[in-house]
This record gives sequence, C-alpha cells and structure tokens, in this order.
Amino acid sequence: MLSQGAWQKILAFASLIALMVVFSIASENFLQSDNLIGILQATAVNGVLAVAATFVIITGGIDLSVGTLMTFCAVIAGVVLTYWGLPMPLGILAAIAAGALSGAVSGTLIAKMKIPPFIATLGMMMLLKGLALVISGTRPIYFNDTPNFSMISQESLIGVVLPFLPIPNGVLILFIVAVASSLVLTRTAFGRYTFALGSNEEAVRLSGVNTDFWKIIVYTVSGGICGIAGLIIASRLNSAQPALGQGYELDAIAAVVIGGTSLSGGRGTILGTIIGALIISVLTNGLRILSVAQEWQTVVTGIIIILAVYADILRRRS
Amino acid sequence: MTPLVTIRDLDKSFPGVKALRKARFELLPGEVHALMGENGAGKSTLMKVLAGIYQKDGGEVLIDGKPVDIASPRAAQDLGIGIIHQELNLMNELTAAQNIYIGREPRRAMGFLVDEGALNRATAEIFSRMNLALDPRAEVGDLTVAMQQMVEIAKALSFRSKVLIMDEPTAALNKAEIAELFGIIRQLKAEGVGIVYISHKMDELKEISDRVTVMRDGEYVGTVPTESTSVDTIISMMVGRSITETKTDVPDLSSHDVVLEVRNLRRSNAIQDVSFKLRKGEILGFAGLMGAGRTEVARAIFGADPLDGGDIIVKGQPVTIRSPKDAVRLGIGYLSEDRKRFGLATGMDVAANIVMPCLSKFLSLNMILKTRAIRETARSYIKQLRIKTPSDAQEVRFLSGGNQQKIVIAKWLARDCEILFFDEPTRGIDVGAKNEIYKLLNTLAAQGRAIVMISSELPEILRMSHRIAVMCEGRLTGELPADGATQEDIMRLATQRHSLTAESLNAATGEATT
Repeated sequence: MLSQGAWQKILAFASLIALMVVFSIASENFLQSDNLIGILQATAVNGVLAVAATFVIITGGIDLSVGTLMTFCAVIAGVVLTYWGLPMPLGILAAIAAGALSGAVSGTLIAKMKIPPFIATLGMMMLLKGLALVISGTRPIYFNDTPNFSMISQESLIGVVLPFLPIPNGVLILFIVAVASSLVLTRTAFGRYTFALGSNEEAVRLSGVNTDFWKIIVYTVSGGICGIAGLIIASRLNSAQPALGQGYELDAIAAVVIGGTSLSGGRGTILGTIIGALIISVLTNGLRILSVAQEWQTVVTGIIIILAVYADILRRRS
Repeated sequence: MTPLVTIRDLDKSFPGVKALRKARFELLPGEVHALMGENGAGKSTLMKVLAGIYQKDGGEVLIDGKPVDIASPRAAQDLGIGIIHQELNLMNELTAAQNIYIGREPRRAMGFLVDEGALNRATAEIFSRMNLALDPRAEVGDLTVAMQQMVEIAKALSFRSKVLIMDEPTAALNKAEIAELFGIIRQLKAEGVGIVYISHKMDELKEISDRVTVMRDGEYVGTVPTESTSVDTIISMMVGRSITETKTDVPDLSSHDVVLEVRNLRRSNAIQDVSFKLRKGEILGFAGLMGAGRTEVARAIFGADPLDGGDIIVKGQPVTIRSPKDAVRLGIGYLSEDRKRFGLATGMDVAANIVMPCLSKFLSLNMILKTRAIRETARSYIKQLRIKTPSDAQEVRFLSGGNQQKIVIAKWLARDCEILFFDEPTRGIDVGAKNEIYKLLNTLAAQGRAIVMISSELPEILRMSHRIAVMCEGRLTGELPADGATQEDIMRLATQRHSLTAESLNAATGEATT
C-alpha cells in the first residue's frame, strides 16, 4: 500500500506527464529544448511563490498577499540599488528582509490579534500594493545602474559548466528554494510544527508549544521566500514594475492545490507544489503553441484546478 | 404484536476498532426501551446505524417485520425513525418552526416563496400535541437548552416518527425539565410511538423505561424487564463482573513532599476559591457531576485558560503560569478529556505525536530533527505501554480510543512530567484497555509522579484514588479519604450547593497536612 502523500504526488506527476505527451503529439514545437527551457523559466516566479504559499497553507492558513508582496520586495530592491546606488548584495538582502518583515506582520496579525488569515492577508495584499505604488511613484524602477542584476534570473550558471544544459539561474534558484524548503519541512522542528499547526493547533498548544511564535515564523519564512520571487521577476524584467503582482497569489495557490496540499491544513509537499506549478506552465505554454486564445487558457486552468481537487476528494473518500 | 424494530446480528467496524459484534435489539410499539452500557459499549453506534448515519457491515434490520436497508438519514426518516442526538443540531438564528421544517418548508406562490404561515401552524400543532407552550416563531438561540431539546423532539415527531431515539436526553436538564420531558415521553408512548432511551442514569431508567437492553464491548448482553430487575443486576450485566472492584491499596503518603499546591483559584463563576494540595506519588481523584468545574480547574492550572486570581505553588516555589508552555516547563502535563480535539494531531503519525511536547530534546544544531532517536523513543513507549499499532509511522486516527489514550500518556511520559492531570482518562475506552490504563496510573504513582484524576465515573474514582476531592458548581465541596468513602458520600458532596465552602474545608483538613 502506498501512503496518501505518495498517491498525491503520483497523481499530479501522471497528469503532468499526460499533458506533456498530449502537447508533444499535438505540436512538434512543444518538445524543442528552447520551449522546454521557456516553460521552466516561466515556472520560476510562480514556483517560488507557490513554495512560499505552501508553508502557510500547510498550517491551515492562506496568504493572499504573496503576489503584491513579491512586487513590493522588487520595488525595495529598486530603491536600494537604483535610488540609493548601493551594491547588489545589499539590494538582495533588503528585498528578502522586506519580505520576511511583511510576513512577520501578517503572522502577528493572525497569531496575536486573531484576525482570520484570509482577512489579514487580504488587507496586507492591498496595503503592499499601495505602498509599492507610493514608494515607486507609480513608475517602474529600472536597474540600469546595476548591470549584474539581470544575472539573477537570466544568465545560466549551469550552462557555464554544462554547455548543453543552459538552464537559467531563475530556475536554479527555484530548485534550490524548493529543495531547501522541502528539507526544512520534513527534517526540522520548525517543519514539524508547521504540519502540527495545520493538523490540530489546540493539541499543539496544549503540548506546551508556543504556537503563536511558530505561526509568526511560518509567515515570516513565507514572506522571505516571496522576496526571492521579487528578485527573480525584477531581474527578468530588469525593472521593478509596481503595478504588477495582483493575481499571482491565485496562480500560486492554484499550484499548491493542484499539487495535493490540503487547504484545511496538516498535509502537503513541496514536490507536489512544484509539479502543480509545472502543470500550470505546461498548460499555458502548450495551449499557446496550439494557438488557443488566452481567454480559453484561463478557462482550462480553472477546470484543471477543480478536477485536481475533486480527484483528491475522490481518493480520500475511498 | 409485530415489533417496530428488530435488529439481528448487526456488525459494524471502524478502522482499528470493531464497534458492533452481532448486536441485537427489539422495540415494540408504545414501549420505552432503555439501552445501556458503559462508554464505548456500542449503544450510540447501534442507534446511528438504525438512524441511517452509519451503514451496517452485516446483519439485519427489520422495520414492522420487513427487512430494510437504511442507506441515509433521509431513508430513516421515511421509515419513521427519528433521532435526537446528544449534541443538539439546531440553527440558533432560525425560529423553532424554521428549524423543525428545514429542507421541506411548505411553499406558496408556485413554490417560489416559503409559506411561513403554514410552517408556524404545523409547528403549533406538533407543540400542542406535546402539550408544549412555546411560540413557533421563537428564535432557537434564545431558548433554554431544555426548550431546544423539546424543539428537537418536535422535529423528530414532525416526520411522523413511530420510532424515536433519544441519546442522553437529560444530560443538560434540571429536575423540573426532566419531569416535563418524561410527561411528553409518556404521551408519545400512549400514542404508540416506540422510544429508545439511551442513558446512564439508573433512577431515570427505573422511572421511565419498560425494558432494558444491556450492551458491552459492542455485543448484546441481554434484555430484561425494568420493573422486576434490580439496579445491581443491570450494573453487573453492564460491567460483566461483580461491582466489588479490587481497590488499590492506599499508600501512606504523609511523609511525601507536596509537589503542587493551589490556593484560592478563581475565575468568574467557573472556579470559585479552589484550594488543594497534591503530594508526590499521590492519585487525587476529582469527582463531581458534569460541569462542576473540574476540567476548568485543570486547564487553568495548566495555563490553557486564564485565571482571575489565586496562587500556584510547585515544589514549594510560587509560580506564574501564563500558557501551557510555562506549565510544561514546570513539569505539569494535562491529558484532555477530548483526545481528538485537544490531545492529538490525529492526522500525524504515532512518533510525531509522542515527541510533540519534547521535540527540543530531539534536535541537532537546535533545529534539525533526529529522526532515528525520535523513532526509537516512540518504539520504546509503544512497547512499554503496549500500544497496538502496526508501526510508529501509523497515523493516529486509525487507532482505537484506548490506544490513542495511551499515546497521549506516552506524550507526557516522554516529556518526563512529574505532575499529571488526567481528565476522564478512560472515556470512550473499552473495558480491557481501561484496566490497562488503571494499571498504568498506579505504576506512574508508584514511580513518584503526582496525579490528579478527573472522572465522572464513581466506581473509577473509588477504585483509583488515594484521596478524593469533590466539586460542585465551581467550588470544592469536600475532600474524602479513599478508605471507607462510598458513592453516596461523593454524590452528597457533588450535589451540595454553596453550603460548605473550600475555606471551611481547608480548616477541617488543613491540620493534617501542614
């Protein structure tokens, strides 16, 4: 007998393979290496955001602010690097710190002030969107003074070592974030508490664990990861686009859900989330190659989300 | 006379536990048939099968002599079977009438509008049949629990039920309300309705029921006429042994240190001036009726709920406990009466649950889990407490109640707590596992741990305690030495309202301890 978690991953993985087979039969362009790398590149931002969302969703919470937080962090990087002209490591640090700080605020609202996660992060989503616009003066901030900034996402470190595998750095970052997060979730006390919070928060509290503290840490870590996503997207666009961001949270949540993480908490894997993010990218890419209109791509994604969750429910029932 | 209900050889299993084994039951028209048994005997499960909430695995259910398959609560309603659950299932913001006819409201204007007039008239009719003076338009949330119960009964009757199942209907009612309920039951009986009455209260059964069926460990034990059967006989049928339990020897603890002392604990009405002492190696039984404030005291000392005032002294040191975290650090553990809600993360595995309070002992670099050490510890407790589980990686929700309880105990043993609060430690556990839990408690006490055991079962209190404290309405109404105490002594204190305060009690018993 396979465990529930294993089934979850297999189901998602099989759907991913099935999609790829269908698209490669439908169009010979699909399996071209350029196209595949494009798919990975497109997954980088959503993938990292989805990893961030996974932490929160495993605790039984939800974070609607990941998209605008990503933009906010990009804008902070822009301020530090372009407005203040400081060196690049400081910009990177500032973006991640801004994300973590914002996450800590969300976590405090939720854990200490007992505001429901949906409401607290809805508020944060709008607040951060507004702040990003205010700080940037509603204009994009370009990174022209920091030529190396585009390296974060665009260049290929792997390609230098293995010339036949020019995987962009953004994808490499996604890989590192995913592996690290997966280890953190399965091997550390913090990860254990993350699952336990979603499984039965009151039982954890009555075990003498400081549940408020750990919940704040979960949102803080999640926020920091959003900062990394902010760096990737800013690097790819070579600018911080303050109007961007809203809507990304829904793609991220969709990836988490397709990957089999339960919205009621206590269950979930990073691998599942990555597969979920890949499914969304493959779908978007494949439908575009087949010249399906953008509007219809959205319709199909919606159907996939519903089917994925329903499949999970069916499996649980049996 | 054809029985309304005949149940034969009914089997029902849940993951990890066989709830019913060849269970039998029969209900005649116009009969009040009491269903008795200890917690976990399978009474509620049997009735939930009859009410279509659970599906039977095997056996037969006959209604009016015809075999039926009750696939859903709806199907049960169509067969004329109504159930009134222990927990009321009403919507507080709707009126009595709206609650009663939820899902089948009379319509008008071609079905577009709810016919509130007809709704209220139909409800008034049922109320008058029950001799109940209640406005159908009253909002349910504003009613007393007793009245809400009446609304539930009216709802069951509105399905033209000829079988009415009542699960502990008097748990939340006072004497006058119980009398009112019995009046209604007698009226229904006269109309030929068959009533299944689940209760633990012997005096009530004697008053209202015609026959008693006793179950034990999911099996049918026997059916006897109420009038000609003594209470002792029924009890011995329930427990399957004579009621003279082997009493634990009470050790002489006067030389042992006091490890926990609380003075004048207060919180609004729930806890009123509670003081007691607990010695090393002692089992202090906390007796009282439901809602007497015992759980509240335990939770307050454990820091799970706030206190208005009072002192807590652990091993001679006055301490402040603001959260369970503080309590655990002081070596206090609390085993909740509601394991699933407060004791276990049931979706997580056995090992994860056992090490939950002491995870910090299993970390390298202060953050990375030592998986192997965790599993070894879990396995040693599985062995030591004889927890029946396929492995330490089994999810807790698949285990039986007794084994889940052992995991909660293992949790606190792994944390090495010296002071343990056991809140109804054997609730929902079958008899065999119960004895194991008792043995475990004795072993823990012999090892020098101090134990407060909250229990609503008097035989359990008398059997296990070294000393007995009794609570009523938030007050400590008395303390009894375990030797020579009787159920009657305890019940007298448990129903004693306001006469003997904790203070005068301390004056009476204080000299012996200071």
